[in-house]
Amino acid sequence: MKKKLGLIVNPVAGMGGRVGLKGSDGEEIQKRARELGAHPESPRRAMDALERLATIKDDIEIITYPDEMGEKEARECGFEPVVIGSVEPGKTSAKDTIKAAREMAEQKVDLILFAGGDGTARNLYDALGDNGVPVIGIPAGVKIHSAVYATNSRNAGEVALMYLQEKIKKVQDSEVMDIDEDAFREGRVTAKLYGYLKVPHEERLVQHLKSGRTEGEVAALNSIADDITESMEDDVLYIIGPGTTTRAVMEKLGLKNTLLGVDVVLNKQLVASDVIESQLLDLIKGKKAKIVVTIIGGQGYIFGRGNQQLSPKVLRAIGKQNITVITPQNKLSAIGNNPLLIDTGDYEANSMLSGYYKVVTGYQRTVMRKAE
Amino acid sequence: MGIVKIKKDFHEARWCEPIIYEMSTPGQRGILVPMPDDEIKAAAGDVLAAIPAKLRRKELNLPEMDQKHVLQHYVRLSQETLGANLTNDISEGTCTMKYNPRVNEDLAAHPNFAELHPCQDEDTVQGILEIYYKFEQIIKQISGMDRVTFQPGGGNHAVYTAASIVRAYWESKGELGKRDEVITTIFSHPCDAATPATAGFKVITLYPDKDGFPDIEALKAAVSERTAAIFMTNPEDIGLYNPRVDEFVKIVHSVGGLCFYDQANANAFLGVARAIEAGFDMCHFNVHKTFGTPHGSSGPANGAFCCKEEFAKFLPVPTVGFDGKKYYLDYDHPASFGKVRDFYGTAGVVLRAYAWTMNLGADGLRECADISVINNNYFEKKLLEIPGLSECYAGNGHRRQEQVRYSWEKLKEDTGVGTVEVCNRVVDYGIPHYWFSHHPWEVPEPMTLEPCESYSKDDLDEYAEVLRTVSKEAYENPEIVMTAPHKASAHKRNDDAALDDPAKWATTWKAYVRKHRK
Repeated sequence: MKKKLGLIVNPVAGMGGRVGLKGSDGEEIQKRARELGAHPESPRRAMDALERLATIKDDIEIITYPDEMGEKEARECGFEPVVIGSVEPGKTSAKDTIKAAREMAEQKVDLILFAGGDGTARNLYDALGDNGVPVIGIPAGVKIHSAVYATNSRNAGEVALMYLQEKIKKVQDSEVMDIDEDAFREGRVTAKLYGYLKVPHEERLVQHLKSGRTEGEVAALNSIADDITESMEDDVLYIIGPGTTTRAVMEKLGLKNTLLGVDVVLNKQLVASDVIESQLLDLIKGKKAKIVVTIIGGQGYIFGRGNQQLSPKVLRAIGKQNITVITPQNKLSAIGNNPLLIDTGDYEANSMLSGYYKVVTGYQRTVMRKAE
Repeated sequence: MGIVKIKKDFHEARWCEPIIYEMSTPGQRGILVPMPDDEIKAAAGDVLAAIPAKLRRKELNLPEMDQKHVLQHYVRLSQETLGANLTNDISEGTCTMKYNPRVNEDLAAHPNFAELHPCQDEDTVQGILEIYYKFEQIIKQISGMDRVTFQPGGGNHAVYTAASIVRAYWESKGELGKRDEVITTIFSHPCDAATPATAGFKVITLYPDKDGFPDIEALKAAVSERTAAIFMTNPEDIGLYNPRVDEFVKIVHSVGGLCFYDQANANAFLGVARAIEAGFDMCHFNVHKTFGTPHGSSGPANGAFCCKEEFAKFLPVPTVGFDGKKYYLDYDHPASFGKVRDFYGTAGVVLRAYAWTMNLGADGLRECADISVINNNYFEKKLLEIPGLSECYAGNGHRRQEQVRYSWEKLKEDTGVGTVEVCNRVVDYGIPHYWFSHHPWEVPEPMTLEPCESYSKDDLDEYAEVLRTVSKEAYENPEIVMTAPHKASAHKRNDDAALDDPAKWATTWKAYVRKHRK
C-alpha cells in the first residue's frame, strides 16, 4: 500500500521577518508586510523539502489542500497530489490550517509535512492534539521556538523521506511553543509551551542531523530520573519544571505530573500541582527549595520560555546554586556549541542566573554548560 | 604502488558463511580421543570423580564438525574481513593501526618464550622478568614518571587502574566520601569517563570552547573540594593538542585533585613532550597504539600505567623488581589496591613492545612522532581539497597533530550523501570501514583518520584518491554511494533496530537462540 503524506503550506509564514515585523500572525500584519514589500517564504522552502521526496514519487500519495496551501508546490515539484478541502486563494488563515490537519488525520495520513512557524505548529497541535499523527515541520516562519521543526527545509524533506521509507521508526514528543506576537513586537517575550506533537526520531537524523548514536531516549530519561530522585534531600521543596525530561523524574517518584506546568514535591510526595508564581512564592517562604528544569523547545532555553511561573522573583529567592538542569545528551548535542539560554524578562535576574551549570545527563553524569 | 592508484576492480570474497552452530552434524568429530589403556585406568582411578559435580555436564552445546571443515570455515571468515595486514587501514583514527613487524611475531612465537607458564618458579623465568624490568625503565624515561606496571590488559584497563589508584589514594586519606567527582572532557577517550564511573566516581564532562579546546573557564567552575581527579587525553580525539594543559593541571592541583594524563596514543609527541613536565601525577600508554604491537581489544593487549613515587604503593601486585643479581616478583605492597588482571599482564605483548622499542632506539621513537605528524599534515592538506569535505574547528590557527576529525557536512547538504554512506562506499575500493567519532557526534557527519608512521606516501595518496572518487560520485551519481557497498562480503543491515533494541540484539549464539528461536 502506498504511504500517505499530508502536506500543508502556510502561505504567509515568514512574511513578517524580512521586513522586521517579528511574526506574521493576523490579517493586519500580513497586509502591512505586503505593503513593505515582503514575499512569502514558505512556498520555496516547501519545494526544497519536496524535492528530497522525488526518489519515492511513485511510492507515496500526497494529500494536500488547494492552491497555495500545498497543491501548487506539490505540482511544481512534479507530484500529482490528491487535493481535499477548499480555500479562498490569497485569504487563507489559521482556520484553514487547522481544518486541513484535521481532515488529513481523518484520511489516516502516515505523516504531515508542513511549512510554517510557531503559529502554524500551534494550529497543528490544536487540530491533532494527542491523536498521535506524526508531523515534521519545514522551518519557514519568523519564530521557530517549537522543537517540531527540522534544522532546514532539506532536512525536513529527508526526515519525511526516511520516515516514509521506514528507515526512521521511532517518534518522539516534541514541544509546540508560541510567543504572544503583540507582546513580542513591543519587545516583550512571553513564550508558552502549548503541548507536544509526535515527530519522527532517529538521533543522527532528527537532532539537527548530527548527534550520533547515544543510549536511546528511554534509557537516558530513566538514568537521569534515578540520579535526581536518589539525590533528593529530606525537607527540601523540589520545584519540577515542565517538559518530558522532568516528567521522567515525576514518573520515577510515582507522582502525577503536569507536562506543561510546574509541580512541587516535598519528601517525595506531591504538595502542589500546576502552580502559578504566587503559589510558588508562598510555598517557598522560609523553606529550603530547589528547582529542577530542562531545556524547553529547540533553541536551548532553560528559563523564560514555557516556564514563566518560575519568575525572576521565584528564581532570586531560590538562587542559582539550587537550580539543577537535566537533559538527555542528544538534546545538548542538538544545540551544538551554543550556550543554554535564559530570558526571564528581567535583566538582573538573567545575569544572576548566567554562568556554568553542571547539567545532569545521566546517573552520576554531568556536563559543564554555560548559560547566558 | 606503480601506476595503479586505486583498486577500482576490487571485490571481496563472499562466502555467505553460515554460523558454525548451523553447520553442525550430530556425531561428526574432529578428533576421536582414544580410551585410556587398562594399565593407566588402574593407576589413575576414576579421574572424572575429581571433577566437581557442578562442573560436570551431560550435554555440551558445541558444534559437531570435522577438522577440515572447521579450518575451512575460519579461513573463509578471515577472507570476509578487511582487517589489519590486508588493507590500507588509515581508516581507524584514534585507534592507531601500526604495522606489527613480523620479526617480533617470530620472537613471541618462539617456543623458548611461548611455552613459559605464569606459575613457573621465578628462577626459571628470569629472561621475561628482565624484559619486564628493562621495559619499565624505558617507559619511565618516555613518561618521566617513577613507576610503571604492565598488568592492565589494554588501554582502557590501564585507565581503570588509574581510577582504582585515585580511589585508593582518597581512601587512604579518609576522604573518599567527600572526593567523589572526576572531571573529563568530551573529546577525551570515552574510557576517561567510563572507568572512573566504574570505580564509583561521579563524572563531570567539559565541553570545548570555540576553538575546540576544553573550556578552561568551565574547568574553573567545575573544580571544588569534591574533585578527586581529572582524566584527560591530549592531543584529544579530534587531533588538537591542548597547549594550556599545564594550566589545567594547576587548576586541579589547586583544589587538591589528582591529574591523570591519557596518553594511550603517544604518536604525536613520543620523545617530544612528557607527562611529568606537564605536571601530571599519572599517565598511561596503550602499548598497541604506540609501541607497535597487535591490537588485542582488552584481551591479549597491554596497557602501561605510569605514576609518581607517591602513588607507587597503591600499584597492583606483583611489581617486578631487581636486587642487583636476580629479578623477582614483588608482592610486598600492603597498600596495593589489589589486582586488575591475573598474574602480571600479557607477557607476549610486553616482549613485542620491548623488541619494537629497542629496534628503534630513542632517536627512532622521536622519528616515529615526526613522521606521524608529517604524514598527517600532508594527508590533511590533500584531503581538504576534496569537494564536500572540511575539518572541525577549521581556521582556529592551531595545527592538527597525528589525526584529524573531518566532516562531510557540506557533502551531505549538497548531495544527501553523508558520512555513513561514504564509509560504506570506500569498502568497494578495498578500504576498511572508517572510524566516525566517539559518541555523541559533536562534529556533524564525522570521519576520523590517522596516518601514523607505518604508512607510505603511496598509502596516503591511495586513500585520498578513494575519498576524492567517492566525493565525485556523490556529486555526479549519488545513488551508487547511497546503495553501497556493492563489492563487500556483506551488504547493509536490513534492520537497524537490531543493534539498538535490547530485545533484538544478540552478540552470542546463546543469546540469538534465546531471543529469536523461541
